[in-house]
Amino acid sequence: MEDKDIAIRISHLHKTFKLPHEKSGTLKSTLINFGKRGYTVQEVLKDFSLDIKKGDFLGILGRNGCGKSTLLKTLSGIYTPNRGTVTINGKLVPFIELGVGFNPELTGRDNVFLNGALLGFTRNEVADMYDDIVGFAELESFMDQKLKNYSSGMQVRLAFSIAIRANTDILVLDEVLAVGDEAFQRKCYDYFDQLKHEGKTVILVTHAMAAVERFCTRAIVIDKGRTIYDGDPKSAANTYKRLNFESTMSSSEKNNKKRNKNKPSLDQKGVCSIIGLNSTDSSGKDKVLYKPHEPIVIQCKIKINKPIYNFHIFLTINNPGGLILSALDKTFKGELVEAIEPGQEIIVEWELSGIYNDGKYLVSATITDDKGDDIYSRLNEGYEFDVFGWEMTNILLHANSKSNIKVLK
Amino acid sequence: MSTYLSKENKALFTELVRTDFKLRYQGSILGYAWSLLRPLLLFVILYVVFVYFLKIGKDIPHFPVYLLLGIVMWNFFVEMTMQSLSSIVGRGDLIRKIRIPRWMIVFSSSVSATINLLLSLVVVFVFMIINQVPITLGIFMLPVYFLMIYVFALGLSLFLSAAYVKFRDVSYIWEVVLQAGFYATPIIYPLQLVGNELVEKIILMNPVAQAIQGARYYLITHETLTTYNTWDGSWYVILPTLFVGLVFVVGLLYFRNQAKSFAENI
Repeated sequence: MEDKDIAIRISHLHKTFKLPHEKSGTLKSTLINFGKRGYTVQEVLKDFSLDIKKGDFLGILGRNGCGKSTLLKTLSGIYTPNRGTVTINGKLVPFIELGVGFNPELTGRDNVFLNGALLGFTRNEVADMYDDIVGFAELESFMDQKLKNYSSGMQVRLAFSIAIRANTDILVLDEVLAVGDEAFQRKCYDYFDQLKHEGKTVILVTHAMAAVERFCTRAIVIDKGRTIYDGDPKSAANTYKRLNFESTMSSSEKNNKKRNKNKPSLDQKGVCSIIGLNSTDSSGKDKVLYKPHEPIVIQCKIKINKPIYNFHIFLTINNPGGLILSALDKTFKGELVEAIEPGQEIIVEWELSGIYNDGKYLVSATITDDKGDDIYSRLNEGYEFDVFGWEMTNILLHANSKSNIKVLK
Repeated sequence: MSTYLSKENKALFTELVRTDFKLRYQGSILGYAWSLLRPLLLFVILYVVFVYFLKIGKDIPHFPVYLLLGIVMWNFFVEMTMQSLSSIVGRGDLIRKIRIPRWMIVFSSSVSATINLLLSLVVVFVFMIINQVPITLGIFMLPVYFLMIYVFALGLSLFLSAAYVKFRDVSYIWEVVLQAGFYATPIIYPLQLVGNELVEKIILMNPVAQAIQGARYYLITHETLTTYNTWDGSWYVILPTLFVGLVFVVGLLYFRNQAKSFAENI
């Protein structure tokens, strides 16, 4: 690659932080602990290299604490690297946060000029843009009020309105989408479109995968201070999702016993009691994480306290948002008379096809009489299982389907 | 050098000074008028205490103005160092989020202290005229002494502001040092009052003392002991100036060394 096509060249970057054990750095404590290592060294970036081409719209993905922000701050010149170099070809403006330097005691007008100066504009340049900035933020009647009297939404609007004037070759954006409402996000997206159209080099850190897939021409995934994926944004988003999922899974598998246990059912009339919900694969092995298309077997374990002949089991599967995706039921009308005695336990199971989208699912079960009037036992959201690995994830259910073509004469 | 004086830096610098100055009298009804009122009221108090009650400086012509000039200069030194000391920590939000030349933050708070000094000097000149102090060519020596205090205070400011990032004790220590300095510098008493020549000589090794006495000598009355006439023109008189230079260089080097890690230490 030709050097003149490179906007940013990061080579062999190392960045470590000294984390003091005791935060209060007073002279006394320093004198007492003189010679002792009062800190732990945390290595955030390890031999990190990256070339960013001019016109790249680069997405940086990674879990919290993986080193994304440190990378951004180092290449913006806020942090000094311990080793390695950052070469920047052009003018770089970082937006680690919107409205940096905003002073609540100053009026909106004064803040526009101050913020403009922080972006490298002279007073005259800001004065020329002033009406546009205020107009875009829709704050014409508030400019002579102190910023502390603005709502947080108004502050963000004003900050964004100034920020988009930044006349620069390279933009570094950290989590700008995390603030503001839908209307604000739309404005952000319009701005990204404009940046892309103008061929600016943009480095975007975000957790909004939709934005990454829509705008980025390239994306990297960082984990523990290293690049683990570099290339196509869609695959990067999937890598990131897998990373995220695996770590939540590894903790959730560990916590599986904890999270799927100890939740008692609500029993009435002492007829029977739901003593557990569980899920397995089709061979009967316990499982909490399912791949796409993989059949899910849900089991409901019931303890019978009094002889019952007619009863009804009702099971629902909902997402964490409370939306019920499936309802299963089974009615028994004397089929089990011979087999059941008080004190016995039975398991009722259903096999579902793997049509659920990536995510977490909660299972609830209810046992009633055969008419559904009296509730015998209820276990609400007593079991959780997860699905991961679908290619497309912005749909609710992946229905099984067959297609055929009919040619009409 | 060109990057230090770039268009962007100049614009940012003026905006920072403007903000400092706007925030200074934020929420007060009289606002900027306080810049003039403070030295004025101070003068009234000094006049009442020293001229009517203590009668300390009755040997010195125009003693109230002499006092006022000393206090205005000392206040400049105090204000500049105290303001700069917390300036880096105070602007932590900027340092952690954008790329801003670190020296500019200390420099801008020093400039706002200087603007305040100039306003106070207006009051000093008004009282000089009222007291009929003869204005001589010696007035041209004034900038030299102010420059001396300024450079000395700037060097200290750079050092203190950088040290304050790591050790918050610095502000308490510096307060005590300033309190001691206030009495170790001939501000509210004429130096002649000490009566011991050696002590007078030592006191005048302090650059602030030298600047205050020098300014009084050239502006108000030759009845002032300066470093030059106390040391009889021996080569020792350049020591305070060398000391100022040394403090400035050490402060600057320490600041430059620490500036790299401000963002992570604040």
